[in-house]
Formats: sequence, structure tokens, C-alpha cells
Amino acid sequence: MTRVADPDRPVAADPPVSALPARPVGDTAFVVDVRDLATVHRLHAAVRAAVTAGRVPAVVDVVPAYRSVLVVVDPARTGVEAVADAVRRLPLPDTAAAQGRTVEVPVVYDGPDLPEVCARTGLPVDEVIARHAAPAYLVAFLGFAPGFPYLVGLDPALHVPRRATPRTRVPAGAVGLGGDQTGVYPRDSPGGWQLIGHTDTVLFDPLRSPPALLAPGDRLRFVAVR
Amino acid sequence: MTGVFPVEAAEVMPAIEVVAPGLLTLVEDLGRQGWAHLGVPRAGAADVRSLRLANRLVGNPEGAAALEVTLHGPRLRFPQGGWVAACGAQVDVAVDGRPASAQVAVPVRAGAVLEVGRVRAGLRCYVAVRGGIAVPPVLGSRSTDTVGGLGPGVLHAGDLLPVGDQVVGPVWQEPVPGLALPAEPVLRVVPGPRDDWFAAPALGVLTGTAWEVTAASDRTGLRLAGPALPRAGPHRELASEGMVPGALQVPPDGRPILFLANAPTTGGYPVIGVVVAADLPLAGQLSPGHRVRFTRCPPPFERSG
Repeated sequence: MTRVADPDRPVAADPPVSALPARPVGDTAFVVDVRDLATVHRLHAAVRAAVTAGRVPAVVDVVPAYRSVLVVVDPARTGVEAVADAVRRLPLPDTAAAQGRTVEVPVVYDGPDLPEVCARTGLPVDEVIARHAAPAYLVAFLGFAPGFPYLVGLDPALHVPRRATPRTRVPAGAVGLGGDQTGVYPRDSPGGWQLIGHTDTVLFDPLRSPPALLAPGDRLRFVAVR
Repeated sequence: MTGVFPVEAAEVMPAIEVVAPGLLTLVEDLGRQGWAHLGVPRAGAADVRSLRLANRLVGNPEGAAALEVTLHGPRLRFPQGGWVAACGAQVDVAVDGRPASAQVAVPVRAGAVLEVGRVRAGLRCYVAVRGGIAVPPVLGSRSTDTVGGLGPGVLHAGDLLPVGDQVVGPVWQEPVPGLALPAEPVLRVVPGPRDDWFAAPALGVLTGTAWEVTAASDRTGLRLAGPALPRAGPHRELASEGMVPGALQVPPDGRPILFLANAPTTGGYPVIGVVVAADLPLAGQLSPGHRVRFTRCPPPFERSG
């Protein structure tokens, strides 16, 4: 028997979003709670595709996070309940369809806190660099500042506490470690992470299209250039 | 903000000269939407109702960019003249030293100076100029995002503000009612999405308290002083999630922060309730020392888990 692919028809194995819990967020938004990051990215992709295709109206923002997807509605165009109903009828795409790109970020590992990170981890500099540059980090979501990625996948050997006293100014492009997090400061700001290097790669430029280098679901690889 | 738009643009467009910037004067419209998944806050006017009203008075589209004045207004010279309207917080307005009215369109002749004085009630006044403030849009909005660093930034003396030609109707000649700001405004709150992170009495404490707006408040949010909202069970950490203006986020000290227009896109503390959109403009007019109450409002739909 020949199976004809119908892009609008859910594959039987895909659970409908209606199986996921949805909660109102005020009177103009709702949040869908999910079990894991892979499902966050599948749901984010499904909602974004449906909005682009015009199948879900009046959505102004879709915000993925670690375990949830927030959907913000324009109340002038339709009620939030109608949008929640439409979203919860969507089929989830399979994991492969929701996968992002892999982006390489060259890093000069010359940060002022490298000696402290070595002391705290008991690792030599070369090993800190090798372990930091090894993973293909998953971009869980963006937040905190425009273009700032929350990355998953830091080697547990590199989990170090934040600085006791945050710096009043960390330059844009600084690469740091803090707790189980690593990342790049998208703009000059105060900050408490241990700085291990810097990159010239611009994470966010409002005049670029798209403005953010990374999107939720992408992979990021730091490449040592020193 | 000097130099953020090309000088040629200012030469071909009518422009307003900033003689004195006021305490904190920002270009704001309805904000950026559609970029929150990249960490870009909405920003925009803290009181969108007054912004829309000021724009309608001068015949602009409701969402045109205007000036958001906080506590003390600017002095602006109009080399080509124009029409202006100031709506929102109660202020004294003068043109070339002669008192003029707020909440109504006011003509400004060529070369005259508009002075927006000290705010006497409320916090933010919106000064719309017929044609709209035409700084270049960034990601679809001319708003200054005070957190994300987008848009033209705080006004400085000597800045030139280009004026656009985006009018949709005639100047409206009648005055409109001013801001009605009760001593203790009551804002409607939809419980959740994380009210189940709090002990049973917490929602009752939220709605039973006259909260005081503290000095540590800004366009991002109102930090409220009052009794602590108790958490349920042992301390646990919420996985960061999407935030909206209106969210009452509760840090570990139990004192809620009511997010306003420049809310961050994500946050790591549980939200006990969210103020409905229609009541947020009033929240944007509350200054330190003002009291505010909350009342429960039915959710737009029943949660499914």
C-alpha cells in the first residue's frame, strides 16, 4: 500500500499538543508546560510554522524557555482562548524537523579569570580550553538580553561559582562560566561570571536579518583560536 | 541620542530641537512585538492609553512614536511650528511662556518653545507631535528599550527629533478628560500561571493588601512593599520561563514585582498572577509612595493542568 504524505495531516505517532497542560497568563497570553527541552523546541517550531502559515491567528510572540512555551496574543484581534484552542490542536513535528543549525563561535581564551578557573577545577589551562570547546552546546532559549543564549551542555568539571563580587563592566563578547552555565555577553554590562576568553562574533545586531546570531534549538560550538 | 539618525534626514524633515531634556524623556510607541524569542523586550509606552489619546488628538495613528515624559518635562523648540498634545500625568504646559492646556491639541507657531513642566499627579505624560516622532525604527519600533539598549536612548539637550508625516486625520479640537488616578487604584489580576507555587493564603494576602510602590521602581517594573507572599513547601527553583508586562513575579523575599512595559522576556521567579492588559496603563502612572491594590479576575479560559 502506498502512503501519500499529507503535510497538514498529523502523523499518528505525534501526540497532539492538547495532551499538554496550558495555563492562562493574564488575559493576553498562555503558557504550555512540557516535559523536556526537545519538546519545547518541537512545540516552538510547530506554533511558529502555524503562525507563519496563517493557521493560528493573532499571535504576536512565541517564547520558548527550559520547560515551557509562552504564546502572546493580540487581544484586539482575537481572544486568548481561541488561540489556545488552535495551538492545542496542532500536531508536534518530529524532533529532526525542529532541529536548528550549528553555529561556530571563535574564541580567544585569554580571560582574566582563567587562573582562578584552573585553581578551582584543578585542571591545566589547555584542559579547561579543550573541555569548553568540546561540546556542541544546545541553545535552550534566548533571554536576559537581546541575543543572549542560555546554553545546555557545559562539562560538569567546569562548573565554577560566580565571582564573589561582580564586575561593574564586562565588555561585549566576553566568554564566561557561572554555575552550570556558559555564554557570551552580548553587550557591555555588569556581570558576575568568571571570564575565560572573548570573541569578536556579534551575537545581536538589530540591523542584521535575523538580528540574533542564534535561535532556540540551534547548536553552538566554541572554536579555540589561540 | 545625538547623531543616531543621519543629519541629511533632519535637514529634509521638520525637526524639533531639544533645548532641555527634562528628567527622563524617551521616544516611545507601542513597542516591539515578534522578537521576544530572541530576548528582545517589548518596551514601548508604560501607559499606552495616554499615548494613544495624545496621538488621536493631533490626528496621528494611535501607535505613532511620541515623547514619554517622567516627573519633569523637556523644553522643545519647534523651528517649523506644529501641533502638540500632552496626555496622561497632570502637568503644566506652556508655549513661549504662556500657559497652555494639557489633554487638548495645542498649536505651536514656528520658532516657539514648548515647555512641559513638573508632573503634579501621576508619573508619565505623553507628548505627541502631529506627524509623529520619526527617528528610524529598530525592529519595527521607534521605542527606546531601557533594558535591551535598543532605540534612540534618553533625550539630551541639543538633540534634533525628526517629525514625520504619518497623519490619519485632522487635529481634534475638543479637550479630553484627564487621567483619573485613585489614591489606591485596584488592578484586576488573573491568578497564575504559578500560583500553585505559593502557600494557600498567598493570593488572599495579595488581594488583601494595600501595596506601596517603592523607589526601586522603573519602566521594567514596580517593586512593591508589603507582607511577604509565602511559598508552598520547601524552597525550589523555577526553570526560567517567558514573562509578560503585567506579571507579578515573586522573588525569594516574597515581595512582588509588577512588570511594566520594559519587562524582560524571561524570568526565573514564579508569577502568582498577571494584571489584565486594560489595567496596565494605570500601573504605569504609579510613582514611589503610591499605594495599589489587586483584585481577582476570572481567567480567560480554564487551565488544563
